[in-house]
Parts: sequence; C-alpha cells; structure tokens
Amino acid sequence: MTVEVRLRHEFPGFVLDAAFALPHAGVTALFGPSGAGKTTVVNAIAGIFRPREGYIAIDGRTVFDSGAGIFLPAARRRAGYVFQDARLFPHMSVDDNLRFGWRRAPAKASEDEMERIVAMLGLAPLLSRRPRALSGGEKQRVALGRALLASPEILLLDEPLAALDAERRAEILPYLERLRDEARLPMLLVSHSLDEVARLADDIVVLREGRVALQGSVFDVLTRLELPSLAGAPPAGAVISATVGPPRQDGLIPLAFDGGSLLVARLAASQGRPVRVRIRAEEIMLAREEPKAISANNVLAGRILAVSGGDPADVQIACGPTRLVARITRASAARLELAPGLPVFAIVKSVTVDASA
Amino acid sequence: MDLSLSPADTGALLLSLRVSAVAVFGAFPVAFAAALLLARVNFPGKTLVDGLIHLPLVLPPVALGFLLLLIFGTRAPLGAFLLHVFGLRFVFNWTGAVLASAIITFPFQVRAIRLSLEAADRNLSLAAETLGAGWWDRLANITLPLALPGIVAGLITAFAASLGEFGAIITFVSNIPGETQTLPLAIYSALQSPGGEERAVRLSLISIMLALIFMVFAEFAQRRAREAA
Repeated sequence: MTVEVRLRHEFPGFVLDAAFALPHAGVTALFGPSGAGKTTVVNAIAGIFRPREGYIAIDGRTVFDSGAGIFLPAARRRAGYVFQDARLFPHMSVDDNLRFGWRRAPAKASEDEMERIVAMLGLAPLLSRRPRALSGGEKQRVALGRALLASPEILLLDEPLAALDAERRAEILPYLERLRDEARLPMLLVSHSLDEVARLADDIVVLREGRVALQGSVFDVLTRLELPSLAGAPPAGAVISATVGPPRQDGLIPLAFDGGSLLVARLAASQGRPVRVRIRAEEIMLAREEPKAISANNVLAGRILAVSGGDPADVQIACGPTRLVARITRASAARLELAPGLPVFAIVKSVTVDASA
Repeated sequence: MDLSLSPADTGALLLSLRVSAVAVFGAFPVAFAAALLLARVNFPGKTLVDGLIHLPLVLPPVALGFLLLLIFGTRAPLGAFLLHVFGLRFVFNWTGAVLASAIITFPFQVRAIRLSLEAADRNLSLAAETLGAGWWDRLANITLPLALPGIVAGLITAFAASLGEFGAIITFVSNIPGETQTLPLAIYSALQSPGGEERAVRLSLISIMLALIFMVFAEFAQRRAREAA
C-alpha cells in the first residue's frame, strides 16, 4: 500500500513542484502555511485537478502519468476524500449519503464491514437524519464514513477539523485516531496545526511555496530546528513513542521509550499499550548538572544536538535515539553556554499522552 | 350577468391548457440541454447562442408568428417538406399554436433551469465524483435533484406565460374556434363581436384565476428551492 506522488504545475506567480511518497498505511501529514499548495496536491491525487506534469501511483496502480498521457478520472481513482466543509448531499439522508460511494464501489464492503465503520464513527443514531440537522462535528464524521465506505485505496483529509470549534475538534480527534489505528489504509492529512499533526501523524511532509521543504517521521521532523521558520509557527515539541509499564509502588506509571522513561501520575491506557507522548518545547527546562531535590518527576539525561539562533532559542536534545526540543530564552542559553555535544539534563514539567497503534 | 361557462368557453379553456402543457413539456428536454450547455460548458459563440435563446423574449410575438409562417407555411420549403413527407401541418392547426407557445416560453424555461443548475453546488458534484459517480450519474443523482425545485418553478412560470400568448398564435395559425382559438384569442373574438362583452368578462376572469393559481404554485416551488439551497 504505497502512494507515489510527483507533480509540477505552473500557476500565475506560483509553481507547484513537489514529490513525496506515502510509504505505508498510516497518517502522513501534509503540513505548511496557507498558500503552500497543500489542497492542490490533494486535489491532484483525487483527480479533480489535472497538473501539467507529473506521476501519481496508488498502490502500484498508475492513476496519472503526464508522459504516458494517463489521467484516470476521479470517479475511478478510489481515493476517498474528506473535505473541510464535509459536502454531504443535502437531499439525502445520512444513510443514503453513507451508501452513495458504497453502492458505486467496484469491491463493496460487506454489511458487517459497514456496521463496523458505522459503529466506529458513532453514526448509528444519525442514520435517518438529514445533513441539515447535524452539527459540524457530526457532519465530518458522516463525511469520514462516506469516504471509507467507498472502499478507497487512500484517504485524503483536507483540513477536516479546520471548520470546527475547539470543542467539536476535540470530539472528532479520537475518531481520527481510531481510524488511523484500525483502517490500515494510507491517509494524507492536510493540516496547518502542528498540534493536530503531532497527535495524529506518523510521517510529515512540509510543503512551502509549492515545494517539499522537509519530510520524515513525526518523531524526527517535529524536533527539527528549522521547522518553526519553515512552518511559520512555534515548535509543537517532541513526539515520543512509548509503552505503558507496570505502576510503581508510589503510584506513578512509567512510560518506557527508546532512550529512557517518563513517569506520569494518571493514565487512561492500560499496561503494555503503546502510547504517543507529546512534550511541548516550553515544558522542558534545561540544566547542565543533574538537579537534585526537585519536584519534577521527570529528569532525562541527554546530549545537545543543535541550538538555534534567535530569541527564544530552540535546543535539540538526543536521549539515546529519541529527540526532544526545548525552548528557552537566549539569555539562558548564553548563561549555560549551551553548545552541540554538551551533556544536559532535560527537566520535563508536563506531558500529554495520546492513544497510539 | 351570467358567469356560467358555455361549451365554447370550456373548449377555449381546455385548448389553452392542452396547448400550454404540450408546449412546455415538449420543449423541456431541449430547454434542459440548452441550460446545461450554458451553465456548465464554455465554448466559442456562447454569447450568440445565449442571445438567440433569449430572442423570443424581446421579439414582438407578431413578428415571431410571421417568421414561423415564413418557415412552416405550407408553401415554404420546410413547411411543404414536413407536410408531404410526414403529413405534419402546423398552419391552422393546434400543433402550430403549440410550436409558437413553445418558442415564446423557451427562454423562461432555459433561464430558470440554468439559474438552478448554477446554484446547485458544484462542490457536491465533485464530492460525488470522488465517490465513484460518473458524469450521467452525477447529473441524475446530484445536480438534477438539487436543481429540481428551481426547474419546477421555471416550468410553472413558462406554463403561465404560455397561457397568455396571443400575437404569435393568431399570426401563425389564425383564430379558429376549437382548433387554435385559445383563451386570449377567444377574448379578442368576443370583444370583436357585438354584445360579446359578457363573454369577454367571463373569459378574462378565468384567465386571471388561472394566472393567480399558477403564480402561487411557482412561488411555492421557488420557496422550496430557496429552502433546499
């Protein structure tokens, strides 16, 4: 299940020239400031925009090849598309909306499969309603279900949360997490929110002015010091993949990761479960010597990889193979004489733990 | 004053309804195709085609009737051809009234259908495409149902306008009771004959009532269209 994308198209005053691959099932975030060409890339993959030059293959099937004159129409691409504005059909019930793509799919999902998706997205109570009677969050869930039931080979999500308020967003995110963990399908998530990306993505492609500026795993890209300037946003901080350990006698729960472990007081996930730990750059203090008699439970020993210029300064730290990023004032960086190669202690004030596959 | 309808009055009323119904429904497929072309396709000469379609709206109906006579008259090449090959005669025939009405009300239909097609969200059609729906599929299941209330409103308006057509019909197919004498023509005849005022009033009242009924229907359909949007 790989997706290969290579595109070139000249717009007045803007050139889109991007190449990337979605290596496997899971979420690849297409991230970048507005105007970077994210939606154009997604439309090209879906087949509702035809670039001048390029090549797109979904799971080994060439759907676009300008050199060979191949352009498969959108209706035959099997690319599920969830639009920012849901685009449910207003003259059909939720049930008919869900079945629209399902009826037209060459290999229909079984009724069992349909029930599973309806249950996963919590759509059962909505089936007989009209789209007009749904909230924004419910509409997006129906749109997700509708795209999934068309048995797509790739799922395209164009800022599915952008039109929602914080509350609705929080309502949808767990569904997207379940989708990522259960659907076994490559997903391309367009986003301009690093928090969203940190929570959902496995891989990140950073698009800037029509070009791929950075790409790699979420663990790597989010701690790269050039990200804030490329993204035009402060760093979200590091994402760490960890496993829930057995509770200790003092009640704290260890989260073991490659290069150390973190302690948390409360956790929804049970022992042995993989989790995704997010540590915001502002939540890390740095010390040159191991701090003793300190209230923080988490002090991680590491080594400085790089220090950014500017104020505040971002410091990239390696704890074994795991990367962290801390944001401190320029004055602190100067006082501590921080430089690449120095051993440091990262005092982690707080972490956020999300479910993971 | 006697307001009960004579058999001749009823005949004129029924003829009017029949002519308008056949004219509007017969022209609908052509009007729909024209509206679809204008709403969705850009082609050279589009402005000219648009202008030609709307011509009956600004052309004096009498001139149009005369034009039809020149084209479909039994001695005109096309008229003679249709008469001898298909046995089809428009002149002095109710089908001629249908043809004239269809052409006069064609722009009403095209306009209403085009506007509702343009108002039907293109993005929904794109969404349908990503879900595997081809062109005809999208037209039948997305665009048409979304445009339907507007289309119905257009049909009703065209029907009501057709009921009032006078100039083109009387010029093209003359004023023959029971054959081409629709309501407006019957009113005209009544006014031309001595003591016909009473009949003219009766027929006018019928016309007013019909017009009111259909405008209410059209308004209702338009409200539905706005609600759906």
